Amino acid sequence: MIRLENLSVTIHGAEILSAVSLDIAPGKVTGLVGESGSGKSITALAMMGLLPHGSTASGHAWLDEGDVLAKPEREMCALRGNRVGMIFQEPMTALNPLKTIGDQVAETLMIHRRTTRREAMEIARQRLARVGLPADRFPLNRYPHELSGGQRQRVCIAMAVALNPELLIADEPTTALDVTTQAQILDLLQGLVAEEGMSLLLITHDLAVVSGMADHVAVMQAGRIVEQGPTETLFRTMAHPYTRKLFAASSHQPARMPQAEDTALLCVDRAVRDYATARIGLFGKPGRFRAVNGVSFTLHRGESLGLVGESGCGKSTLTRAILGLDPLQGGAIRLGGQEIHAGPHLDASIRRRMQVVFQDPYGSFNPRWRVERLVAEPFHLSDGRPADMRDRVARALDDVGIEPGAMDRYIHEFSGGQRQRIAIARALITNPELIVLDEAVSALDVRVRAQILDLLARLQEAHGLAYLFISHDLSVVRSVTDRVMVMKSGEIVEEGPTETVFAAPSHDYTKALIAATPTIPADWQGEQHA
Amino acid sequence: MLRYALSRAVSLGLSLLVASVVIFAVIEVIPGDPAAYMLGMNATPDAVAALREQLGLNGTLVSRYLSWAGGMLTGDFGVSYTYKVPVADLVAQRLWISLPLALYALALSTLIAFPVGLLAAARRGGVTDYGIMGTTQLGIAVPNFWFAMLLVLVFAVNLRWFSAGGFPGWQGGLLPGLKALTLPAVALALPQASILARVMRSALIETLGQDYIRTARAKGLSRRQAVLRHALRNALIPVLTIIGLQFSFLLAGAIIIENVFFLPGLGRLVFQAITQRDLIVVESLVMLLVFAVIVVTFLVDLAYAAVDPRLRRRT
Repeated sequence: MIRLENLSVTIHGAEILSAVSLDIAPGKVTGLVGESGSGKSITALAMMGLLPHGSTASGHAWLDEGDVLAKPEREMCALRGNRVGMIFQEPMTALNPLKTIGDQVAETLMIHRRTTRREAMEIARQRLARVGLPADRFPLNRYPHELSGGQRQRVCIAMAVALNPELLIADEPTTALDVTTQAQILDLLQGLVAEEGMSLLLITHDLAVVSGMADHVAVMQAGRIVEQGPTETLFRTMAHPYTRKLFAASSHQPARMPQAEDTALLCVDRAVRDYATARIGLFGKPGRFRAVNGVSFTLHRGESLGLVGESGCGKSTLTRAILGLDPLQGGAIRLGGQEIHAGPHLDASIRRRMQVVFQDPYGSFNPRWRVERLVAEPFHLSDGRPADMRDRVARALDDVGIEPGAMDRYIHEFSGGQRQRIAIARALITNPELIVLDEAVSALDVRVRAQILDLLARLQEAHGLAYLFISHDLSVVRSVTDRVMVMKSGEIVEEGPTETVFAAPSHDYTKALIAATPTIPADWQGEQHA
Repeated sequence: MLRYALSRAVSLGLSLLVASVVIFAVIEVIPGDPAAYMLGMNATPDAVAALREQLGLNGTLVSRYLSWAGGMLTGDFGVSYTYKVPVADLVAQRLWISLPLALYALALSTLIAFPVGLLAAARRGGVTDYGIMGTTQLGIAVPNFWFAMLLVLVFAVNLRWFSAGGFPGWQGGLLPGLKALTLPAVALALPQASILARVMRSALIETLGQDYIRTARAKGLSRRQAVLRHALRNALIPVLTIIGLQFSFLLAGAIIIENVFFLPGLGRLVFQAITQRDLIVVESLVMLLVFAVIVVTFLVDLAYAAVDPRLRRRT
């Protein structure tokens, strides 16, 4: 179908891809796996002729007998969306917010075919129905903001496959989606390949996703394909050390000892959080939306408690209430017996005893402060800055494996993993008893994630910390928590020791979540060490 | 959409009410006697008393406000103390010059700024872009009266295409009137166009970096098609804000240009009324200008909703 031959790309002189050769077979799914920055997306953009400014490409990308890299822009425009379609990671921003979904799907048809708008809309309706958005529930005049992330990704797919292209490139198509939505989207992609004879290039960082989808897998590291082959063979042999490392990291189990004590640390007692929704009518009363509905649980000292659920289930709202950022409308939350009252009057000692690490290692730091000030910031919760502040910052950084010399640098000088370590150092500086980890490892590459999970396990043991581990990633929660709670529509539907819940889930929703989580078949593993 | 428009209209009415109370309060309630202030140091007590009577300053605060606001609503703005004519006539006369001039300048500014901003954004980082950025920087930095004098020198004195100033009135037809307003409109428009072009450029550049532009390119749209079909309308929101602000400024802020071209516009009227301490005219004009600004804001709000479907649902 399309054959890459010694494809090399440099951007402003820096080599991004070197001698990538890859065959994408017709009617098959080819998986391209690697960590962020390995060159997966650039490979795809090179095939589309959409490389960023300042890039130069050499080598060949054969599509039939023509070299895509040598084609002029006009021919590339005729090819994109017509013979090769592409979808991207972020469905929330991938659609033009000012155009209806019908118009956006029809546009693909109208720029490549001589059709009237009416005919194009008719085909758009069929294609949207094909990707699971039937016209009765999703009329063509819907705008993107009226759809969920998964529905928007379906619209993107409809746009990309509107003209039955020979190849669909999917760049991390499900990374931003919940597990159950991910399963549906992957299912849809598989169906399109099977029914319409399309080839699929599936780009992902998730080995489990490719293992379930791809016929052929290529593993990419630092701009090179280090290993490729039929999926099962590749997983069984894992010839290249990098593949083995990647695999080990993705199923990494940090060495940790359960150390929960019997004393309760955090008690959430029938917590209720309501939101005001938009007014109905000009003078109507605003409606109420109950995001957290009578949630109760206890977190013990030194315990790791997981909280899983899909986006919109109320876990972030609950987290904000626990942190004292939003007031409750009912029930109570106590930390070590002290009640948490949201607002400016929240006791400083409560804040000091409870710290948080957020998901985004890029957005959660002030870019104009040096690391020393960033890490020392929670000291404003104590009575004045301690005299040995600099030493304490150095110790906290040392604790998380960052050399103390980093104190005088700015946050943009650090990688995502290093930033997340600095965020943990910032949380540690007040010697807290509880750290809330709100999707703290979700944005990290597998190998970095494994290191951070190890670090968290070590810190828990050394400082006797309790963790509230909030994540949509079930496999991570399984590997690092003692107990787990499953949240759905504002309520905890299941709760119990982690292994018990995962091995024998009792609630249907938990079962559905676990079933939707992609896994590498058990019998494919283990041979690589032979 | 209707609900959005209604809610904006309610907010427009409330803004007007608050503005009228504030303007009334500032001029009437501040310490000192408006009548004595208007007549100056050498006024006789009789003259002050007579003026107080004429101004209706003898009633209670509330009744004075109601009669003033009621007069405004029915088009009765009072009688100018210095010109001895109804303020409404005075304002209407001037508005027939200032409003067309403001609209003319705004149209020119938009017509210049859109293609220039678009070009700069499309050629970002290139020679064209640097040239446009430099020129617009100059356009912002140089005062508009200097442009006005330059235009007079070139097109009126040397080429004799336009007259150097004055206004023949609209009774002679549309074209002579527009012709007389052309040089002032250009002088007013150049700095505004420079600002607008830069806003347009930066809004477009930001939009062009959005994911949906990449999606559009992946669908097979050329760069030009992606810009015209997807980026332009998305970049319009900040541009509309600036256009609204510019109109409000142009309506009353043209005073220097009106002086350069000897145009009897609103700006000059404001200036004259202030120097002659004619509070009746000042009060009415301030209210009128506030009204214009609030109405323009309302129209800009409606334009936002026309551009952005996400706003239509909001109240």
